[in-house]
Amino acid sequence: MNENTTEKLLEVKDLRISAYNDEKQEIPIVKGVTFDIYKGQVVALIGESGSGKTTISLASLSYTKPGLEFTGGQVLLNGEDMLTAPPLRKREIRGANAAYLAQSAAATFNPAITIGEQVTESAVLHGILSQEEANKRAVELYYALELPDPDRIGFRYPHQVSGGQLQRLMAAMALCGKPDLMVLDEPTTALDVTTQIEVLKAFKKVIHEENSAAIYVTHDLAVVAQIADYIVVLYSGEIMEQGTAEQIINNPTHAYTRRLMEAVRPKPAAGLGTAVGAEHTRDIPALAVKEMTAGYGGIINGEPAVTILRDINVAVDNAHVVGVIGESGCGKSTLARVMAGLLPPARGDVELEGVKLAGGLQERKLSELQKVQFVFQMADTALNPKQLIGNIIGRPLEFYHGLRGKEKHAKVSEILKMVELPPEFANRYPMELSGGQKQRINLARSLAANPEVMLCDEVTSALDSIVGANVIKLLTALRDKTGVSFVFISHDLSTVASFADEIVVLYAGRVVEQGPADEVLEPPFHPYTRLLISSVPELRIGWLEDTMQKREMAVGIAKSVEIKATGCPFYNRCPLGIDGTCEQKTPPIRTLENGHQITCHLTVDQLTEAEQHTQKILHGFEKLEDKSLNAGA
Amino acid sequence: MTNSNEQNGVAGEDVVDEIDKFAELPDVPPKRKLKLSWVGRIASGIVIFWLVIAAVGPWVAPFHEMDMDGDDSFLDAHTNEYGTFYLGTDYLGRDTFSRVIWGARMTIGISLAATLLAYALGITLGIAAAVKGGWVDMIISRMNDAILALPSIMLGLIAIAAFGSSIPILIIIAGIIYGSSVFRIARALGLDIMVQDYVEAAKARGEGIWWIIRSEVLPNAAMPLATDFGLRLVFVVLFISSLSFLGLGVQPPAADWGSMVRENLAGLTYNSWASVWPAFAIATFTISINLIVDDISAKSGGSLAKKMV
Repeated sequence: MNENTTEKLLEVKDLRISAYNDEKQEIPIVKGVTFDIYKGQVVALIGESGSGKTTISLASLSYTKPGLEFTGGQVLLNGEDMLTAPPLRKREIRGANAAYLAQSAAATFNPAITIGEQVTESAVLHGILSQEEANKRAVELYYALELPDPDRIGFRYPHQVSGGQLQRLMAAMALCGKPDLMVLDEPTTALDVTTQIEVLKAFKKVIHEENSAAIYVTHDLAVVAQIADYIVVLYSGEIMEQGTAEQIINNPTHAYTRRLMEAVRPKPAAGLGTAVGAEHTRDIPALAVKEMTAGYGGIINGEPAVTILRDINVAVDNAHVVGVIGESGCGKSTLARVMAGLLPPARGDVELEGVKLAGGLQERKLSELQKVQFVFQMADTALNPKQLIGNIIGRPLEFYHGLRGKEKHAKVSEILKMVELPPEFANRYPMELSGGQKQRINLARSLAANPEVMLCDEVTSALDSIVGANVIKLLTALRDKTGVSFVFISHDLSTVASFADEIVVLYAGRVVEQGPADEVLEPPFHPYTRLLISSVPELRIGWLEDTMQKREMAVGIAKSVEIKATGCPFYNRCPLGIDGTCEQKTPPIRTLENGHQITCHLTVDQLTEAEQHTQKILHGFEKLEDKSLNAGA
Repeated sequence: MTNSNEQNGVAGEDVVDEIDKFAELPDVPPKRKLKLSWVGRIASGIVIFWLVIAAVGPWVAPFHEMDMDGDDSFLDAHTNEYGTFYLGTDYLGRDTFSRVIWGARMTIGISLAATLLAYALGITLGIAAAVKGGWVDMIISRMNDAILALPSIMLGLIAIAAFGSSIPILIIIAGIIYGSSVFRIARALGLDIMVQDYVEAAKARGEGIWWIIRSEVLPNAAMPLATDFGLRLVFVVLFISSLSFLGLGVQPPAADWGSMVRENLAGLTYNSWASVWPAFAIATFTISINLIVDDISAKSGGSLAKKMV
C-alpha cells in the first residue's frame, strides 16, 4: 500500500486482562491476545459485545476501565512497553502518538466551546504544535474530511453541525496532533446508512492521506470490509482468526467468522420476507392511521407549533409486519408514539379494528391500550433496574388479565419460553442479563399483554448483528404463532427487508413511498428509497468506492434534511428534481399495482426510465444527463 | 488459554456443534458489592457506638443528668463519696461524663426525629411535584424556594421566637427547614426517573399514578435518598446544636451537646474541659457520618455524590 507498511508500530504480545469478583477470584476478560499493527495500516477488531474488543483497543493505549487489571503480556508502541511505563511517561506517549475516537461524537464534544478550540486543544496542550500551527492544520483536515465551509466551521459550536459532520470533526480532533495510532471505537454504528457512508468515505481518505495507523473496533463486517487492511476476529477475549481483509472476507476459515458473516444481512431486495399464513387474514386492518398530522407544541387550527408528521395514511393488516424506514429525525418514532397514544395527533384519526381511538392515553379504554403495545428501543432504559424479571413480565398479566399467584407464575414461565429464555430468569434483575436477553424481556413484557399490534421502535438497532438476527427470527415465529401485527421501525433497511410484509418510507415527516415489501424494494423506486438502498454497505471489498460513483450518492449524501410545508421535501437531495415544480408544488401520489404508492412529480414511466439509466451508470460509471430526463416532465 | 487449538482459524469438523458453543455473552462483568474502606469501617463503628449510647445511655451513665454531686464546678476528674467523675464536673458541679451520655439521647433523638419528618415532607411533596408537574410543581417549588432563600438558623430563631422552644416545636421547625432540601433532591430524582422509558412504558400500559410512584419511582429513588439521609442528619445535628448553643434549643436542665458547649464556655478560662467533651461528641458523630457517605458515593462511581449537590 505504501513504503512504510513494513515498519511495526504497535505490537500486542500475549495480552491478558482480568477482573476480580467479590471473592477475589480472577475472571479473565482478555485471554492472551497477540497481533501487530504496521504503519499506515488499519486493523479491525471484530466480535460481538462482550468479546473484549473495546477492552483490547483501550489496552493498546495502556488503559483499562476501572475494575480491570493487566495480568500479563506486553504492548509495545514504537518498541516501548506501554504497560510498564510510569504514569507521566504514559501520558506523554498517549498525547504525542495516540488518539482515541469514542462511539458518540455528541457526547465527546463540549457544547460550550467552539469546535476549532476543541479540535486543536490536545495538540497544543501536549506541545506538539503551537496554537497557530494547530489552527492551520485543523483547517487542512476540514478540507481533507470534506466538511462544508472548512475555513469557518471551526468557529461554530457543536450543536450547529449535523451528527455526521460532528463524527468527522472528531476525526479531525484525533488527527490534529498527527498521531501514529488512532483507536476508533464503533465510530459509525449509531449513524444512519446515508450518514455512515459519508463518514466512512472521509475516514478512509484521511487515514490514507495521513498515513496513520488505526485500530477500528466494530461488530459490522460489512463496514470492516470497506476500511480495514487486516482483521482480528475475537470471541470471549480470545482471537478466533486473524488475517488480511481479503483473506478473512473472501475466505474465512473459522466457524465463528463464518457465523459473523451469516449475520450480515443480505442487501435489501424483494423476496426476502416470509408470507403471512392465510389463517390470520381479516377484512379490517388491525390498526390504521388516517390523514394524520402530528407534532409538538400548542396546536392552532390543527397545525402544531412544530410539525413532525404531515398527512400520514398507514394501515396495518392483521398478522402483517409494516416496516417503517427513514433517516433519523424523519418522524418514525413519532408515528409509533401517535399510534400508542403517547402523543395525541393534531389532526386525523387512529383506528383499531375499524373503531376510532381517542388521541390521548387517558381517554383510551383499558382493552384498547392492551391491544396496542409499544416496545421501546433501549432495553437498558425500558426495564426498571429495581424490578425482578418475573415482576416486569407479570405486571401486564395482572393488570390486563387479572392473573395472580400461581396462575401468573405459570404464565410468566410460558412467556419466557416463548422468547426462548429459561423460566429461572424470572428471579433475576435486568442488570444480570446480556443485551440480547434484555431485549427479549422487553418484547416479552409487551407480549404478556396479549396485544393485537406491537409497535417496535428500533428494537434491533442497539444489538449486534448476530443477536439482532436472533431477535428477528423470534419476532417472525411469534407472528406466525399468535397472529400479532407489527409496526417495525428501523433505519436498517436490510432488517426491514427480511422481516416486513409492507414498507413505509418516511422522509421529513411525509410518506414518500409505501406498499408491499417486494414492490417497494423493486424498481421503480422513489429517488429517496433508491438512495437508502444504495447506502446499505455490502460485504465486499471495494463496495464503498463503487457506490460513491453513483449519481444519487453525489447528490444525496452530505446534504441535510429540510422540513418544509410546501413542495417535495426531498427536492434538495434529489438527482431527478424538476426545477420550478418540485420545490413549489406538493407531489402527487402515483398508485402502481398492489397498492404500491410513490409520492413524486415524476410519472411512473419517468421513474422507470431513470432506473434504467441508473443501471447503465452502475455498469459504465458515466455521468447521466439529467436534463434529457427533466425535459420530459 | 484453555482451548489453544481454537486459535488461528482451525475450523471444527462439525460446524453445528462449533456454532452452538458461541453463546450470547453478558454485557457487564459481575456486579461488585459495596464494601467500606477501613476509614469507612472505623467511622461506622463510631456512629454505631453513639447510637447505642443514645439508646441505653440512662442505664449506663454513673449519674443522672441533673445530679449535682460533684465537689465543685469545673473540676478535673476525681472521685468522691457519690462515685467517680471521669471527665470532671460542669459549671453546676454535675458529672460531664454522664451528661455527655444523656445528651447523646437528646441530641441524636431530636435530630433523627426531625430528619425523619424532613424526609416524610420532602419526599411526599418532591415526588408529587415531579409527577404532577405544571402548576402543582410551580406552587410547591416557589414556596420551597422561599424557605431555602432564608438562612436556616435565622428562620429557626424567628420560628422559636414566635412559637416558643419545646422539643416537639424544635423537631417540627428543623423538619420543615431541612425538608426543603430533601424536597429539592426528591423532585430532581423524581423528574429524572419520570422521563425514563420504563415509566413511559407503564404510562402506555395505562397504569395509575400511584402504582407508578410506588413501583417505578420510589425503588429507584431509594438508594440516593438513603445516602443523603446521613448527610441531612449531620446538618440537623449541627442545626439543633447551634440553636442550643444560642440558648434557644433544648432548655436546661436537660442535657444536650449543643447547650452543654455554651453552658460550660466560661470554664475555658479555668482550664476546664467541660465544654470540649460535648463538642468532641458532636464532631466525632457528624464527621463519621460524612466519612461513611463519602465512602459509599466513591464506591458507586461518584454518581450518587453528583445527584446530592
